[in-house]
Amino acid sequence: MSDDSLGLRQVPRPVGAPYGLLAEFDSAETLLSAARRIRQAGYTRWDAHSPFPVHGLDAAMGIGPTRLPWIVLAAAIAGLAGAAGLQWWTSAVDYPLRISGKPFFSLPAFVPVMFELTVLLGAFGAFLGMLVLNGLPRFYHPVFRCERFRRATDDRFFVTIEASDARYDPHETPGFLMSLGAVHVEVLED
Amino acid sequence: MEILDNTQADPTRRAPLVLGLADYAAVTQRVCGVVERPRPPRGWYVAFAISTSLTAVLLAMIAYLFVRGVGVWGLNVPVGWAFDITNFVFWVGIGHAGTLISAILFLFRQEWRNSINRFAEAMTIFAVICAGLFPAIHVGRVWFVYWLLPYPNQMQMWPQFRSPLIWDVFAVGTYMTVSLLFWYVGLIPDLATLRDRAATRLRQIAYGILALGWRGSQRHWHRYERAYLLLAALATPLVVSVHSVVSFDFATSVLPGWHTTIFPPYFVAGAIFSGCAMVVTLIVPARQYFGLRELVTLRHLENLNKLILATGSIVGYAYAIEFFMAWYSGNPYERFTFANRALGPYAWAYWTMVTCNVVLPQLFWFKRVRTSLPGMMIIALLVNVGMWFERFVIIVTSLSRDFLPSAWGSYRPTWVEILTLLGSFGLFFTLFLLFIRFLPMVSMAEVKAILPAARVHREHRTDRQADAGGRTQTESCRE
Repeated sequence: MSDDSLGLRQVPRPVGAPYGLLAEFDSAETLLSAARRIRQAGYTRWDAHSPFPVHGLDAAMGIGPTRLPWIVLAAAIAGLAGAAGLQWWTSAVDYPLRISGKPFFSLPAFVPVMFELTVLLGAFGAFLGMLVLNGLPRFYHPVFRCERFRRATDDRFFVTIEASDARYDPHETPGFLMSLGAVHVEVLED
Repeated sequence: MEILDNTQADPTRRAPLVLGLADYAAVTQRVCGVVERPRPPRGWYVAFAISTSLTAVLLAMIAYLFVRGVGVWGLNVPVGWAFDITNFVFWVGIGHAGTLISAILFLFRQEWRNSINRFAEAMTIFAVICAGLFPAIHVGRVWFVYWLLPYPNQMQMWPQFRSPLIWDVFAVGTYMTVSLLFWYVGLIPDLATLRDRAATRLRQIAYGILALGWRGSQRHWHRYERAYLLLAALATPLVVSVHSVVSFDFATSVLPGWHTTIFPPYFVAGAIFSGCAMVVTLIVPARQYFGLRELVTLRHLENLNKLILATGSIVGYAYAIEFFMAWYSGNPYERFTFANRALGPYAWAYWTMVTCNVVLPQLFWFKRVRTSLPGMMIIALLVNVGMWFERFVIIVTSLSRDFLPSAWGSYRPTWVEILTLLGSFGLFFTLFLLFIRFLPMVSMAEVKAILPAARVHREHRTDRQADAGGRTQTESCRE
């Protein structure tokens, strides 16, 4: 397997602009230590791919906190306010009916629907927010051209370094990735 | 034929949650193998034939109901709710175990849930579909069922938001939607696995579209895990609220036997109780037939049985407290209602309920029963029966004899109601069998994350903590 990848290292750069490099690792541990070294080497436009979330990898890659909780909070507040507004408008303004002697705007009776819509919109915020921040759905990506990459959802671990990274060097970077314990390195075309 | 007994409680060593399958590829192969085999086992066809026939019966009964009107049911005045609402409460209750397992046990970092959460969530969704059917078809004029929703209309009327029945619409609707989102978010990485293993173009496109282009990127996983945690945190109060709101349908009325503050917690405990029993009922045969015994081990089943024992005991306590409160309140109508439950015309239903829900689950104190497959199947099936009867007893005994004997009545189901109930099981099992056939029954990504090989963060923990920019809260919570 390493002969194969050594051969690939000498493959001349394709005529079209390459997307970057794909390195394959055979365990979560090597991926984790590789990620730490790639980050230390100063790469910025790169990513790791794994069949499950590898814990500690976020920190090793220097991934900062996501904005997602704020999106969920905003959506949940919108749900709460929307439910309060809906019930106030329909029960106290547009169609006021006296029901069992309660005030038109009877807040305690409106709590269940306010709670439900808070959760509902919060959940949509989490789901859609996650997809939008992740840029999904995205049905085309250069990694999908690689047959080996299919194992990224099975049992293999990958690193991609984009050619647009300032530190990217078509001659040096593949060797650097091999030195981190990659079992295979190849060029991804865009 | 267990490979290794992992039910021992030795606190000094972590009990393995996956037996025999040591590496990631084996987990993928085992779970995808069920979906990818060219034909399902013969038993699947038999079960599918029966369940689709029952679904056809359900559709026929609904058509008959729509054509002839609610008179084809045995409902009357005073028993205006009977089988229909019993079935509704029963099915909503079944759903609760799924959310408990997927959300609450996730927040408590109960890693054993990773093998069964997919399965339990699917069960939730199908149970809520069956549940939602009954209030919709029982309204009488079904063609006006959309009046439940608040939408601007030419009548210039709005729903009455002080009514628990409207709360129910929102509670069940939200529950269904959030459960579906939670389930789908969990499925995305596994759908990508199926896409990447697809042998045919059709499968590749179908799973590819559903997987949304997931490529296992760590930057995506990071937000994904956060979204999953937030969904779990949102679903946790939701699961408690849904059956509480369902119980408000009863508790906010003035009927003896319904008008009680114990209902919300009592209903929630009962819901989780019945749901766990349904999970056991479904998962024991599924793991046997589809070779998932290494993933859903005896320890998982034992844990579920412990949950059944705990919630069953809460339910038994609630039954006792209801009697105590009836006596202690000094209210003659309350006292009569409970005496009538235990000794009146529906006493047979009451004692069926007590036997199935209170007495039988106590056998789970014995480890031998807890870890015996036939034992747990029998008890789980009977708990399902008992929990159906619990709702029947609550609804029918209270409605049939309330305050004035001159207003009393009686209820017996018609064949249409009985076939509709059977048909709803048909719908449930049809959806379930399709799920087993086309979607991964066990969450592969989550199971891989708890394999010993994946626990790399332990060794690297000190490095990571030394890492200046590192964020460690998610990881350290897992410890």
